[in-house]
Amino acid sequence: MNSTLIRAARMPDGTRGDIAIVDGLFADPADAVSPSTVIDADGLLALPGLVDMHTHLREPGREDAETVLTGSRAAAAGGYTAVHAMANTSPVADTAGVVEQVHRLGRAAGFTQVVPVGAVTVGLEGSTLAELGAMADSGARVRMFSDDGHCVWDPLVMRRALEYVKAFDGIIAQHAQEPRLTEGAQMNEGAVSAQLGLPGWPAVAEESIIARDVLLAEHVGSRLHVCHVSTAGSVELIRWAKARGIRVTAEVTPHHLILTDEEVRSYDPVFKVNPPLRTEEDVHALRAALADGTIDVVGTDHAPHPAEHKCVEWTAAAMGMVGMETALPVVAHAMADLDFSASDLARVMSARPAQIAGLTHHGSLQIGTGANLVLVEQDAAHTVDPDLHATMGRNSPFRGRTLGTRIVDTFLFGQRVYAAGALGAPLAFTEAGPWND
Amino acid sequence: MKQRTVLDGPEIHRALTRIAHEVLEANKGPGGLVLLGVPTRGVPLAARLAEAIARIEPNADASALAGALDITMHRDDLRSGRLRSAEPTHIPGGTIDGRTVVLVDDVLFSGRSVRAALDAVSAIGRPEAVRLAVLVDRGHRRLPIRADHVGKNIPSALDERVGVRVREIDGADAVTITGPDTDGTSGDSAQGEAP
Amino acid sequence: MKHLLSTADLSRIEAIELLDTAEEMSLVSTREVKKLPVLRGLTVVNLFFEDSTRTRISFEAAAKRLSADVITFSAKGSSVSKGESLQDTAQTLSAMGADGVVIRHSGSGAPHRLATSGWIDAPVVNAGDGTHEHPTQALLDAFTLRRVLAGLPASGPADGARGLALDGAVVGIVGDILHSRVARSNVHLLTTLGARVVLIAPPTLLPIGADTWQCDIAYDLDAAIAEHSFDVVMMLRVQQERMQQAFFPTAREYARRWGLTDTRARALPAHCAIMHPGPMNRGFEIGAAAADSPRAVVLDQVANGVSVRMSVLYRLLTGQSAAAGGREGQS
Repeated sequence: MNSTLIRAARMPDGTRGDIAIVDGLFADPADAVSPSTVIDADGLLALPGLVDMHTHLREPGREDAETVLTGSRAAAAGGYTAVHAMANTSPVADTAGVVEQVHRLGRAAGFTQVVPVGAVTVGLEGSTLAELGAMADSGARVRMFSDDGHCVWDPLVMRRALEYVKAFDGIIAQHAQEPRLTEGAQMNEGAVSAQLGLPGWPAVAEESIIARDVLLAEHVGSRLHVCHVSTAGSVELIRWAKARGIRVTAEVTPHHLILTDEEVRSYDPVFKVNPPLRTEEDVHALRAALADGTIDVVGTDHAPHPAEHKCVEWTAAAMGMVGMETALPVVAHAMADLDFSASDLARVMSARPAQIAGLTHHGSLQIGTGANLVLVEQDAAHTVDPDLHATMGRNSPFRGRTLGTRIVDTFLFGQRVYAAGALGAPLAFTEAGPWND
Repeated sequence: MKQRTVLDGPEIHRALTRIAHEVLEANKGPGGLVLLGVPTRGVPLAARLAEAIARIEPNADASALAGALDITMHRDDLRSGRLRSAEPTHIPGGTIDGRTVVLVDDVLFSGRSVRAALDAVSAIGRPEAVRLAVLVDRGHRRLPIRADHVGKNIPSALDERVGVRVREIDGADAVTITGPDTDGTSGDSAQGEAP
Repeated sequence: MKHLLSTADLSRIEAIELLDTAEEMSLVSTREVKKLPVLRGLTVVNLFFEDSTRTRISFEAAAKRLSADVITFSAKGSSVSKGESLQDTAQTLSAMGADGVVIRHSGSGAPHRLATSGWIDAPVVNAGDGTHEHPTQALLDAFTLRRVLAGLPASGPADGARGLALDGAVVGIVGDILHSRVARSNVHLLTTLGARVVLIAPPTLLPIGADTWQCDIAYDLDAAIAEHSFDVVMMLRVQQERMQQAFFPTAREYARRWGLTDTRARALPAHCAIMHPGPMNRGFEIGAAAADSPRAVVLDQVANGVSVRMSVLYRLLTGQSAAAGGREGQS
């Protein structure tokens, strides 16, 4: 019996207590007699391991940007015990073969549970449905499908996808971007884009797709997940849809909770992202929506890029930011002025994403479930230095920022994959184990 | 910080009057003359010299004699010194070709300004001759240049500052010498050239 | 002022000084020796990622009249398409010893990126970036306008404009504001100099957010001409490709509503000058009579472009900060 006892941690609800881990599952501390490892967590906050519904691991195809291994390490360093690997790889994850490959690479890496996301349409081209059922039945057991990076723009294709995945309780995660309204778009359309002379990405291009999709989801009775919501208008639409009983869930990225399009004045492509950074008003609406549950989860949209895609002029630069290793501190910082407790943090970064994605061993500290856990130190002011990050991407918009929350330990099914601020030993995902449930 | 006046208003007036006589004598009258002041204080001095000439030669028109020659673009310290704005150049009669140009400056020091002025002259035309008139020659030449007409020779030490004030710009006429000052400031606006 | 990236960075005093220096520079072209030794021994690199023969030649002439060595580097399209990043290009230039970089780029912000990334230490002049800014065009427009307002010849040697601003002038800028770097630079510069700017365009060719600019906006050219006593109207070029992008129904309708037709030109105040950054689409945004009238100062603008660019290069490439310890040298 392999057991660990974590002593005197602060729980999300504010109480203090011990946490026991026996054979990869949370156990009653009373049962952890003579534990093999004892960790003093005095002064640390324990949260269920974070779950990212939105990660780009780049492998296969762009191993110069990130691999499943380096991305998994970044996940562990960021406190993530499960990450959803988006389908826009090369080849696209639109077949059982590719999603199984990603799944296998994730297990081989052993730093986080890598859950592949399947493409909705073949080649992300938006016209023909990919073999969603085959991906669901594969060893990767895909439940979430997304053409992320591209919008499933054709309303009929979107309707069919929403309907089809009901057969295996799947969910469609939509990248809401009306393509015609965003041709050549470089940044949020508004006062700043007018001055900078950069083609605008209007809020309505996101909102019009969300409006359409929630109505489609209502009509066919399906689950819809909206990726990286970025505007105040989108928040209003989702609030309306939820009030109406539509099965919609929504995600916001850490960067949209803190950065605005004012950053673009630097023309530094580290701030170039899709959807673009919006206005102060949008930021406040997103924070309020995350606090009141209108937005369900935080997804990082971790998007590593090699330096040559960012060391260029704004208009030629790739879109995307890395984010897994800064997500928790950034969210804690962004929500500091709101009524937002540690249990809220656990809800939006772990419990709700696990629930939406159907990951039974993640999202709680409940005895008998997977011992996926992160210990964090609050009031640990530190300056973000992307050069020290585990991800291969250096495109962090938070370089030089001082953040207060620091990841100390990450436990993946009881394995201390991140230990006292440094990467630990990976988990051996063996044939038998709770991760197969 | 010691400051003493070496020329007062009437003395400056007398010096300019004498130079006017010298210029006319050397040029055998006012024919073909053009007096170009080097900004900043050379410009009003050139105008006064022209007036003095007009007093001596009733046929001469002061305003047709005096102008200004900006040397900024020909300086040799553009890249090391502070950023400089060009001053207007005004050539009475529109051309210097075939005429005798008298360059007028306040202080002759290293000679660098005069070298720049000679370049500026050749960039705008081909005069018959160029002569140099200065109110003060303080010595310490760094280039093989000498003045044809000097208001007053003032032997000075390198660390002294020779200041020229003219009433058109500074409200009063005076040439002063100021001893070495430690704080690097000066009450006078014209310092003569850097060595 | 280390770089010239945007006219928004210019103070009123700096702008006037640039125009004043340009006045001096305009005299050089009339002299026997059309050259000043100011930038002797310095290398100015013209980095043109976008075709623009007129601007490139104007900058070349300006640099050469100041005795600089000029290297022109034409690379159409984005730097990435050549597999070379802007960083590589900048560092190459730096290694070659560029003392100043003039950059024209189809991407908004490329000059800003070049100037602020730390890849190169040389001063950067924005010679037009995407749909962002074209500061030297705005400066030459301001220079020309200042002459016109003072009742002086619009180009060539003239005395009397020095030290003046554009206070009280009323300027109409007509056409494709959305894609116009000239309009953006002019709104900043002309208002800094005290002019009032009225933008007149179809709503489709005005950027969302333009209402935050320091200017008036109108859709109806005839009403604007009736309402404002324009001192100058600036007609912007409408690119042919806009026709295919549904910004307006047809060229004919555009010309009828926003073109400077002969009738509209006659309705302008008698003193009102007509500007155009060129090249003109005759019969489209500007009628032949307006384009060829004595009030059109289009060629003067071109002539003034060289003087203004000389002034900019002079100000950016000479002089050091006061900290470098330059004495009050030759007086």
